[in-house]
Amino acid sequence: MADIKVDRELDLKGEVCPFTFVKSKLILEQMEPGQILRVILDYKPSVENVPKSMREEGQEVLEINEIGENLWEVIVRKVK
Amino acid sequence: MSFQFTEEQIKRYSRHIILPEVGGKGQEKLLKSKVLVVGAGGLGSPSLYYLAAAGVGTIGIVDFDVVDFSNLQRQILHNTERVGVPKVESAKMTLEALNPDVNVIAYNERIHKDNVLDIIKDYDVILDGSDNFPTRFLVNDACYFLGKPLVSAAILRFEGQLTTFDYRDKENSPCYRCLFPEPPPPGLVPSCQEAGLLGVVGGIMGTLQANEALKLILEIGEPLVGQLLVFDALTTDFNKVKLRKDKKCPLCGENPTIKELIEYDQSCDMHF
Repeated sequence: MADIKVDRELDLKGEVCPFTFVKSKLILEQMEPGQILRVILDYKPSVENVPKSMREEGQEVLEINEIGENLWEVIVRKVK
Repeated sequence: MSFQFTEEQIKRYSRHIILPEVGGKGQEKLLKSKVLVVGAGGLGSPSLYYLAAAGVGTIGIVDFDVVDFSNLQRQILHNTERVGVPKVESAKMTLEALNPDVNVIAYNERIHKDNVLDIIKDYDVILDGSDNFPTRFLVNDACYFLGKPLVSAAILRFEGQLTTFDYRDKENSPCYRCLFPEPPPPGLVPSCQEAGLLGVVGGIMGTLQANEALKLILEIGEPLVGQLLVFDALTTDFNKVKLRKDKKCPLCGENPTIKELIEYDQSCDMHF
């Protein structure tokens, strides 16, 4: 994580599926290819679903980390 | 690019936004788009309902009729309490209740030669769900002259037909007059008042019209240009027939004879 430069950050604490993905996707759509988005999640099913849907859309999921109690980060590079 | 969706809009359109072919970008296109539906009846009811649900930002509706009990077997925008109310008003109430994002413009008037171009000119896509030949020919010719895509559907008994004429590309799209050069003599083709109609056929064909409109706006898939889809409710068959551009077509052929709008006689006045 330390050497990844994050361009946008999205705090999705309190959000559930599918809106965690919907909101991540809306932000990604507004970013440039190559840019990196960090998403903060506290809803466990989203920790699987968001990266899965991102990959299906052709984005590159760089990292999924547990960063606290019931708290995760997903780091994605926008490919297209 | 920056989206201006509210929380409510993100939820309302989430199933669209999730689709790779739509996304926030496509949803924004829909919200900025303008669709005109001619006829708020059996075809217009489902097409208008889905267009409004989809978030088409501006929806025009043309109809001069009022809601009648005989409409309610299929015209799902209206209801029993609205019998006697102008259809465009009833439609506007239903659509605004469904989706406040939609600006509904009601034209409570009959389409004729002198107003058709004015009504159509600001819209991106036109859907014809009218019930008579003079209107169909007038709407077709107006769309052709203005270069607007026209999604045309018709229903009778257990059968429905659908095709898209894309007059933004007149070179390659056949036109309504390639299929029907001029209206049939009055009385030859029965109206659905005379012949009957299974209500759900309007639901199916109108929904397919909305689908064509959404594809055109989103620029996804392939519009049903140069093909006529024929639906048979009794056998549940969908057949596609090729439509060719007619070189002798009086409107879009090599030597067109129709160069201005023609208003055919509506004396055999059947509205239902």
